[in-house]
Amino acid sequence: MLSPTIRFLLDYRRRRARRRVSVQAVLFALVVAIFGITLSVGQSFTPPTDVVRVLFGENVPGASFTVGQLRLPRAVLSVLAGMCFGLGGVAFQIMLRNPLASPDIIGITSGASAAAVFAIVVLSITGPMVSVLAVVAGLGVAVLVYGLSFRNGVAGSRLILVGIGVAAMLQSVIGYILTSAPAWTLQEAMRWLTGSVNGAQLSQALPLLLALALFGGLLLMRTRDLEALQLGDDTAAALGVRVARTRMLVIVSAVGMIATATAVTGPIAFVAFLSGPIAARIFRSNGSLLVPSALVGALLVLAGDYAGQLLLPSRYPVGVVTGALGAPYLIFLIIKVSRTGGSL
Amino acid sequence: MTGRTNMFPRFWPNAARSNRIRTLWLVGLIAVLAVLLTLSITIGTRNVDWADIIAAIGGAQDTIGQAAVALRIPRTFLALLAGAALGLAGAIMQGVTRNPLADPGILGVNMGASLAVVIGVAWFGMSSPKAYIWTGIAGAGCAAIFVYTIGSSGRGGATPLKLALAGAATSVAFASMVIAIVLPRGDIAGGIQSWQIGGVGGATYERIAPVLPFLAVGFAISLLSARKLNSLALGEELAAGLGEHVATARAIASLGAILLCGTTTAVCGPIGFLGLVVPHLCRTLIGVDHRWLLPFSALGGAGLLLGADILGRVIARPGEIDVGIVTALIGAPFFIWIVRRQRVREL
Repeated sequence: MLSPTIRFLLDYRRRRARRRVSVQAVLFALVVAIFGITLSVGQSFTPPTDVVRVLFGENVPGASFTVGQLRLPRAVLSVLAGMCFGLGGVAFQIMLRNPLASPDIIGITSGASAAAVFAIVVLSITGPMVSVLAVVAGLGVAVLVYGLSFRNGVAGSRLILVGIGVAAMLQSVIGYILTSAPAWTLQEAMRWLTGSVNGAQLSQALPLLLALALFGGLLLMRTRDLEALQLGDDTAAALGVRVARTRMLVIVSAVGMIATATAVTGPIAFVAFLSGPIAARIFRSNGSLLVPSALVGALLVLAGDYAGQLLLPSRYPVGVVTGALGAPYLIFLIIKVSRTGGSL
Repeated sequence: MTGRTNMFPRFWPNAARSNRIRTLWLVGLIAVLAVLLTLSITIGTRNVDWADIIAAIGGAQDTIGQAAVALRIPRTFLALLAGAALGLAGAIMQGVTRNPLADPGILGVNMGASLAVVIGVAWFGMSSPKAYIWTGIAGAGCAAIFVYTIGSSGRGGATPLKLALAGAATSVAFASMVIAIVLPRGDIAGGIQSWQIGGVGGATYERIAPVLPFLAVGFAISLLSARKLNSLALGEELAAGLGEHVATARAIASLGAILLCGTTTAVCGPIGFLGLVVPHLCRTLIGVDHRWLLPFSALGGAGLLLGADILGRVIARPGEIDVGIVTALIGAPFFIWIVRRQRVREL
């Protein structure tokens, strides 16, 4: 016979778990729904039946091109890039125990951007090599910021400030490369820098899929260790987590995902930054935030791209939409954190 | 000045300096400025011999060399003015916020001015230099108030970390708004893209002239608030005890700084980090007394911007690097160095 307290606890846990599953299902359904809408409603309307037939590989006159060549790659890329940004961003936020320590603020996205712009403009490279360079540069910047903020251990606030400095420097490098760029590559570089899924091709999805499978899988396997880091390094070590190794693994996999996504779509502003906090608001402290953040990221990019294409007076790339969305949220976050007296 | 009266005791434990040393440094600084002035007129993408340079300074524009030198003179003049304004504005912001990381670039004030100017150009067809300056100042003012309000809200007041984060966030936000405004407007995109980087190239006397009254007022207000800043450096309670009206003193000094950086941004585009580096360097030379620090920061800023501009002309020959890029490349490592010097709790 169980005591009432234990029965209550068990009941409570069961309800929490059920709530978590159902909220995740709702998020997933939302992603699928918006994915479907972007496939069928664009500048012209394609009936859902036609969309399904195209997806199954049938040749539908009029729909095969719009859906198969234009809308599908765009939507797929949005979902994958959004998941990469969301997952990578929240991993950093959890590891550094700070909602502001996202890769776009502490310079990692800028590093990948600078490398990609350099590759496009100066070396006139296109295609997968750009992604490789961006990933390497993103990792390099992560190591640099980490190393520069190391003094008797890494303190979160110092890491953020160093990151802001490094980001400013990289931005000026990008600015310099752009001023010396000839007009035709300038266009390409500018489009890339605002972050967009324009002109998406299905072949571009491959590196994103690989990054998600490899790095995302690694992160998800190490969820428990990552969550333990949130309690502080000492507590995590006491719980049997190898802190240094876990941190290295998190940095490598988060940067890998962020930099790959940045290389493919450009730095879509604030997605990495926003996904984690939004997921945290939806799920409260109900379990790991990794999967929810990935879903929120996918949702943000999909919806942002759709809004930028169809709902706004002139057509904007998704990065502008998420940037405009992210700015007020960021300010709200700062105000909220400083009001509750939490540590920034 | 010792102990509590020293605004940055960790950096410069013996910040008091005798007036003799200060005068020596002043003479040295002016000598450096004179050298830079000469270099700025003689060095450029094109090599011009001395006879032509002297003739061009006299006003002749007969040969290509003389014409090139004639273009360098207003540019040098603008670099001096902009540098002095930004250096002074940085010193005042550090004094008002009592924050070693304050800088018109990091606090988002320059981006505010630049967003306002972009809005004016794109939506209201603004083209007169006067209009540029007024909107620049208005934007700088709004951004300064905005960032300071966010950064000082909540527990602990305006800590350096909160202010820097609020500034960085606001800058990113404004930058993406600038992109959103410019992107659908192909007609103005090119001009704004090059203005956004911040430079003094292509300066003419016609462009500089309308700036002068604004800068003059800004310099006057700023330099006159030195004594107030000295009181503020003692802390709010002590300053009030000395009979200083703290809020008014802050407001007046900030107004001077906003006039200076808003005007400069309207003419040159956003130039970052100068206002951060210069006051720190000057403090190591002459101590923390604002009556000396403010004029020194103005002179030092003029020298640094001129030096950065010359460097930008030399290292990328036959092209040029805009001065905004050079100052960021010099300033950002300096910023990181300051961050590393602080103890964590104090950030």
